[in-house]
Amino acid sequence: MTNADDTLLRLDGVFTNIGRYRILHGVSLAARRGRVTMLLGRNGAGKTTTLRTIMGLWKARLGKIIFDGQPITALDTPHIARLGIAYVPENMGIFGKLTVRENMLLATGRRGFDPQHLERALESFPALKMKWESPAGSLSGGQKQMLAIGRAIIEQRRLLLIDEPTKGLSPAMVDQLVEALLRLKREHTTILLVEQNFRVAEAVGDDVAVMDEGHTIHTGDMMALGANHGLQHRLLGLSMADSV
Amino acid sequence: MAAQINETLETAAGGELAGAALGTTVSASPTTRRSGSWLSWIVSDDPPGRALLNVTLLVLLAVLLFAPFLFPGTKALGVASRICIFVILVASYDLMLGFTGIVSFAHTMFFGIGAYGVAIMLAKGWVGWSAVLLGAVAGAVVSMLIAAVIGLLSLRLRTIFFSMITLAVASFAQIVAEQWRNLTGGEDGLTFSVPAILKPGFRLFPDPVMGVMINGRVITYYITFGVSLVLFLIMLRIVNSPFGLVLRAIRENEFRVEAMGYRVVAYRTWVCIISAVMASLAGGLMALVLGYNGPDATLSFSLMIDILLMIVIGGMGTLYGAIVGSIIVVLAEYYLQNALNAMSGATSGMPLMSALLHPDRWLLWLGILFVLIVTFLPQGVVGRLRGRR
Amino acid sequence: MSRQWIGQLNRWAPYALTPLVVVAALPAIGPGPWVTLTVAGLTMGVMLFMVASGLTLIFGLMDVLNFAHAAFVAVGAYIAVTVLQPLAGWTNELSMTLNLAALLVALVAAAAASGALGFVFERVVIRQVYGAPLRQILITIGALTVIEQLVIAIWGPQALPLPKPVMLRGSVFIGSSSIETYRLFALCVGLAVALAMHLFLTRTRLGLVVRAGVEDREMIQALGYHIRRVFIGVFMAGTALAGMGGMMWAQYQAVVGSQIGDSMTILVFIILIIGGLGSVGGCFIGAILVGLTSNYVGFLAPKLALGSNILLMALILLWQPRGLFPITEHH
Repeated sequence: MTNADDTLLRLDGVFTNIGRYRILHGVSLAARRGRVTMLLGRNGAGKTTTLRTIMGLWKARLGKIIFDGQPITALDTPHIARLGIAYVPENMGIFGKLTVRENMLLATGRRGFDPQHLERALESFPALKMKWESPAGSLSGGQKQMLAIGRAIIEQRRLLLIDEPTKGLSPAMVDQLVEALLRLKREHTTILLVEQNFRVAEAVGDDVAVMDEGHTIHTGDMMALGANHGLQHRLLGLSMADSV
Repeated sequence: MAAQINETLETAAGGELAGAALGTTVSASPTTRRSGSWLSWIVSDDPPGRALLNVTLLVLLAVLLFAPFLFPGTKALGVASRICIFVILVASYDLMLGFTGIVSFAHTMFFGIGAYGVAIMLAKGWVGWSAVLLGAVAGAVVSMLIAAVIGLLSLRLRTIFFSMITLAVASFAQIVAEQWRNLTGGEDGLTFSVPAILKPGFRLFPDPVMGVMINGRVITYYITFGVSLVLFLIMLRIVNSPFGLVLRAIRENEFRVEAMGYRVVAYRTWVCIISAVMASLAGGLMALVLGYNGPDATLSFSLMIDILLMIVIGGMGTLYGAIVGSIIVVLAEYYLQNALNAMSGATSGMPLMSALLHPDRWLLWLGILFVLIVTFLPQGVVGRLRGRR
Repeated sequence: MSRQWIGQLNRWAPYALTPLVVVAALPAIGPGPWVTLTVAGLTMGVMLFMVASGLTLIFGLMDVLNFAHAAFVAVGAYIAVTVLQPLAGWTNELSMTLNLAALLVALVAAAAASGALGFVFERVVIRQVYGAPLRQILITIGALTVIEQLVIAIWGPQALPLPKPVMLRGSVFIGSSSIETYRLFALCVGLAVALAMHLFLTRTRLGLVVRAGVEDREMIQALGYHIRRVFIGVFMAGTALAGMGGMMWAQYQAVVGSQIGDSMTILVFIILIIGGLGSVGGCFIGAILVGLTSNYVGFLAPKLALGSNILLMALILLWQPRGLFPITEHH
């Protein structure tokens, strides 16, 4: 499907266990540079586990994870992050007791905020400016999501791993989020995005990988999947394709 | 349901949880029921296991059974009594720690409550066996109530938070015992008269039997031994019952057990209650043996440390470990000091060495042994002999 | 409207608890002794804070409860005794400067010794038991026993005297109340330490990382921070603080016994529970509360004094089951 040089992140036959439970058995996918790759699948398919494995929070028992030609399977999480991979987990990973400013500050280097980068990060999420000195725990769900993403993009990252950003958000917030993702896409940021919301996937995704029961069952082009309702039903079941 | 529980035990928990336990895997012993000889029935189909272990425990049992004849003298009998009582105290603690994964520092409190129950009855002038039984029952009831509260708490609190609170509760009990002079005799404790048949002057037979005079002390010992044996066998039956299976599953993966429909909090509470009542009865025995009870005898934190030493050295989650551990530690307490004395004298030229080997420092060496065992032999002596990893 | 009110009340109530207690005690005790007792309570509170703060931070960040913490208290106290003996010349001079200099040397020595022991302890003992609460409890209790016995072997079983320097003995009089001079000194040191901790945690990047790590260890690593390397620093800081607390406590009592750590342990645990595991601010408030309670109750109803803190803990738990300022769910 892809030219090898195009691939920023590749997973090859990844198996992950949690204790004695086998969660992933054979995940293989690729994320192309500058594109948004969707990771879809039913609940419990192993999508979150895949992201966590890439990030090193759980160790792959078998298989390879290659980032820009470099194997990262055995690295620990801080190393992986420092290679330029940002992770926005399902629960957003916000430090509730710290202020919005402090949360964002943690994502910067030793020299702290760069005014231009800060401006750029905040232009997509103006609400954060208002709550700058408030504890992050006092933000609404949507605002927390904004903070999580803002924190992930304030410094230039080579790869963003985002886990179900639209979960639990109001339709207005979902639209705002999609706007932000599209903006990132225009800047050629590489994103691996887990989503349950198919419309968002169609709006934002270039490539797609579908998982079920711990392994990949389909990889391909997002638009092609969007046009093929039969395939959607087969891969994702009725609940997914009909979600609006 | 039973099949699911077994499956839980066999596909034992997530990495984090397995790491959290002390590295012992669980033997699915009830599924290997042997056909019923009466001996199997007595030990609830859960014999020690390996040949060496069987033999060792039988020998220990025999030694304890014939202790007054093998080791004449008051001191040896005192040691043997102490061993029997500690077996119950530690085994009941194993029910919580080894089988259910509950870490509580309040165990000595129940020991003390039972002891005070009997002591207060006898000290306040009530005499005879009815007083003893009444005291023991009263102690057990109080322990039961407190244990129920603690057990209910255990669900809301995480392991470490819970154990800290039990420490505070035990501390409180100790303070109450020390301050409430009218009831407990304060720091001095209570001295009282035991029933006539248990007094040292009492003679069961006019002449010595096999060279030993069967006096009150010997009778006390046999009562202690007998009660301890019965209580131990009861506990063995409990851990090998369906109830015990669920406890072990809870230790491995509480969430899964809850998801299967068992109310974990109920099981936890019951094990706390059973454990507390056993400890309380052991306390009652202790009071009878000593003819005295005070905060230092049954409530001190060093006793709690002793219990931990015994259970870790003997082996958690085995019940038989309580026997092995108690014997090792109690004997060490009594006879290690002599050994150290000798070594200390020999090294008197090197002051630091001599200080380290001073008999009063026996706890140092036992503590080192404890740390080594937790690190290198976490399954304890019995666990190791049983062949667990 | 009223729900908002209650929400606000709940937010501010934990902070109000301490001033409430202080104010309520005044009519019960009478102004004269009240001043003395309040200062005594505050002093005891900050000394306990020094010991407890390390423990709560270690627990919050590393999920490790070090039952051997008391051992570091003892080590700090005993080192101070040893260091102050040759400095008797300074402590016996009628010069505040020399006296304070001697105490400073002793404080630094106590902190350094406990910190160094903490370094060894973290590498040898704690490293093996991350993520295993049962083994942690067992191994640290074992280590506590061993270290305490070693202390007795080295320094002997008798309690050793730790006299206050000449200029810090006696009392000052404020109105009709007398306040021991040493208490004022200890209060200053304790407050200084608390302030330094606060500044470190809120104004430095490392402090920010520590605070974030306490809340969510995985996420701080996902942001690129090697939190494990911070662990050992935090552990050493915690044990050093315990050593300093030990020295001040011992000097305040004028005597050091090997059990010095043990008597503090239960109070420290109560403070941790009241304050909320992992919260340094909560620990501070908890420590002050415990110090005040001990002193007020000790005056009003001496028999209840020992148990009063446990009752306080029980009452607070009934109100806030996870302590006044709990940090996160994952503990």
